[in-house]
Amino acid sequence: MCTVVPISLTVGANRIVPAVAIPHPLGNPELPCDEEKLLRRALVEKALKALQTEVEGQTIFE
Amino acid sequence: MTSNGKLRIVHYLNQFFGQIGGEEMAGTTPRVQPGPVGPGLALQQALGNSAEVVATIICGDNYVADNLEQASREILALISEQNADALVAGPAFNAGRYGVACGIVGQAAARELGMPVITGMYVENPGAELYRKDIYIIATEDSARGMKDAVGVMVKLLMKLIRQEKVGSPEEEGYLPRGIRFNSFAEENGAKRAVNMLLAKLKGEPFTTELPMPDFDRVTPNPPLENLSKAKIALVTSGGIVPKGNPDRIESSSASKYGKYSLEGLSDLTSETHETAHGGYDPVYANQDPDRVLPLDVVRDLVKEGVIGELHPYHYATVGNGTSVANAAKYGAAIAADLKAAGVDAVILTST
Amino acid sequence: MRLELGRINITDIRFGEKTEIQQGVLVINDAELKVLLADDPNLVGVDLDLAKPGEDVRIIPVKDVIEPRCKVEGPGGVFPGFISKVETVGSGRTHVLSGMAVVTTGDIVGFQEGIIDMSGPGADYTPFSKTLNLVVSITPLEGLPQHKHEHAVRMVGLKAAAYLGSAAVDLTPDQVEIFELGNFAENAVQYPTLPKVAYLYMLQTQGLLHDTYVYGVDAKKILPSLISPTEVMDGAIVSGNCVSACDKNTTYHHQNNPVIRELLLQHGKELCFHGVVISNENVTLADKIRSSDYAAKLVKMIGAEGAIVSEEGFGNPDTDLIMNCQKLEEMGIKTVLITDEYAGRDGASQSLADATTLADAVISVGNANEVIELPACKKVIGNLKTAEIIAGGFSGALHADGSIKVEIQAITGSTNELGFSKLRGEGF
Repeated sequence: MCTVVPISLTVGANRIVPAVAIPHPLGNPELPCDEEKLLRRALVEKALKALQTEVEGQTIFE
Repeated sequence: MTSNGKLRIVHYLNQFFGQIGGEEMAGTTPRVQPGPVGPGLALQQALGNSAEVVATIICGDNYVADNLEQASREILALISEQNADALVAGPAFNAGRYGVACGIVGQAAARELGMPVITGMYVENPGAELYRKDIYIIATEDSARGMKDAVGVMVKLLMKLIRQEKVGSPEEEGYLPRGIRFNSFAEENGAKRAVNMLLAKLKGEPFTTELPMPDFDRVTPNPPLENLSKAKIALVTSGGIVPKGNPDRIESSSASKYGKYSLEGLSDLTSETHETAHGGYDPVYANQDPDRVLPLDVVRDLVKEGVIGELHPYHYATVGNGTSVANAAKYGAAIAADLKAAGVDAVILTST
Repeated sequence: MRLELGRINITDIRFGEKTEIQQGVLVINDAELKVLLADDPNLVGVDLDLAKPGEDVRIIPVKDVIEPRCKVEGPGGVFPGFISKVETVGSGRTHVLSGMAVVTTGDIVGFQEGIIDMSGPGADYTPFSKTLNLVVSITPLEGLPQHKHEHAVRMVGLKAAAYLGSAAVDLTPDQVEIFELGNFAENAVQYPTLPKVAYLYMLQTQGLLHDTYVYGVDAKKILPSLISPTEVMDGAIVSGNCVSACDKNTTYHHQNNPVIRELLLQHGKELCFHGVVISNENVTLADKIRSSDYAAKLVKMIGAEGAIVSEEGFGNPDTDLIMNCQKLEEMGIKTVLITDEYAGRDGASQSLADATTLADAVISVGNANEVIELPACKKVIGNLKTAEIIAGGFSGALHADGSIKVEIQAITGSTNELGFSKLRGEGF
């Protein structure tokens, strides 16, 4: 899970989930606490889905 | 040193240059002959009076290619018997199996015996790409026509290595770049060099980049998780999330280590318990709520709900800021080994 | 725009009764300056010190370095948006106290602050071992939040530089340099056969200690934009203090941008300098894509055939650099990139976090991971203990005898990516 997807592609990651921003990849300080946690959960669920998906090569899970 | 005070040089050759025979003799096992053989005569001439080719080790290319590890062990044993000061291998020009043999023998002699080693190859020889990082490989022509020139350049650099003198740039010394980066002070500042390079590029004149683009590894993707509700998941981050106070003192940049930290009893990371050690981003948000980098809170919820089987009781963290790729790969391998031993099925890796 | 830089050569600095320049010697009324600088509710106070080339002195942790200047003729004033009101600078005449600098230090704000050694092996790696430095040590209120601390420190440095610069208002400069550049249309008519060159000037904009300001605007909030080279030379761009000290541009570097200087010197001779585009290095992917798209488009719109692109910092900004390169090259604009390297302490690792085969012309200003031993100095201004926590430092970096072993990453300006210095990374 990373913000700068091009770096993950360059260095060779296979399952890539784009994140929010470099200082807070899994959060957004501008959101109220509960909404921020929902955002984080959605991102983690996306990562879990990526882990359960067959991939042939480098894949971005938008 | 020989009894008359000369440096002792061992020379490695394949069956062809070692005058045993052609392709039909490529299975020949390693053997030693005293003194120089074939190209060894040119080598001895270039060495002059200061050094002597005391022995030539000859081995068939196929024997090495088919038994890489064993062959290199056997050859290494023969080299170490010679009490030598340095090893010269080849040159192999564009002969692929010979190039690989020179590379593997040279690499072993340098690593195991700590011995100065020189070889020579054509730039496209597969051995060049495989071993240029480990040993000095002089760039040669693609065939034995280039023997005399190659041997001269090889000897010049070898003597520097033996005397532990400063080795110049690949252009100055004639070796294939090893991809190792060192600093020096140039005549002109970077801005002036940039403008000059741009003018050359615009005019279509030749120029040399100061930094060839790096290559990165590729790995085959792992098969997907089959049953998430039974899986053991671990959390790993390069975003520097560590227990408050940074107990391992992981560096804010160029991390020299990673940390392994217990998550036992924690359901949420807070500014009381954790912080970031990372010096490459604005730390305020991660320090307020470290879950923004390492999502422990939601992963605990998902375990409670039965979506995820279990969470590995430790998280792993390093600082991915100015940390070299080679070190990062090392930490990654060590963390992976630990996770594997703990029976972890999958990892969520977060980066900043 | 036409800018005259009148240089007053400063040959020595000392404290005294009245702030003035006497035959090249800058006398500083330290009592007066201290009162002026401490006038900030967020600060406990400031201390002043002098550090001169060749002295056995170490300054640590360094936040910013600023060249004192004053505006003598023409619109605007020094550091518009901070010290002076916002008004376009870059024309008229500005006086420069040449050969000296203001250096700010004091309690650490974050990780990203540097070292200046005035003598010894470390001195070779920083341009500020060759300047006469007024060092301002700043003590903030206890518990001051980091963003406020950074702001206070930034303002103290700029104020001190403006204060000293004003001593040069009525002096006759030792040399006057004249920089002049017409608009695109005039340039194209005047130099029809010379290649048209632009400069894409990347600014660090990643938050605390990674920010840069243009006319007082936080550059993370801008779309890439055109700026006259003389505006940059006249103080329009200000550093928000250090990220890794080696490759964060100090305000001094912005004021004396060597790429701009070199392009102006070659203008009308070897090339036609068509303009400067400033861009940022933000923290989301959408921002990176938008800014690189926009910057490349501006370079194309002004009709450039070639461009120099300078990065600031390392890591994720490598992606901004590579995106800029890729987009420019795909538009047919020939590029040269300036970057530093993080090739590991042994130099054997990959140097950049991102790459493209289109980047075939790159200037390397050095491997920031290279380790250096800095012997103990008789006098330390600031706090030596920070050597273990600044970027490039590590636990155990500081030895009992006061010597330190750090990566050159920790030395202010060592791998400056404007190409200010002569350091170079080479392949072996």
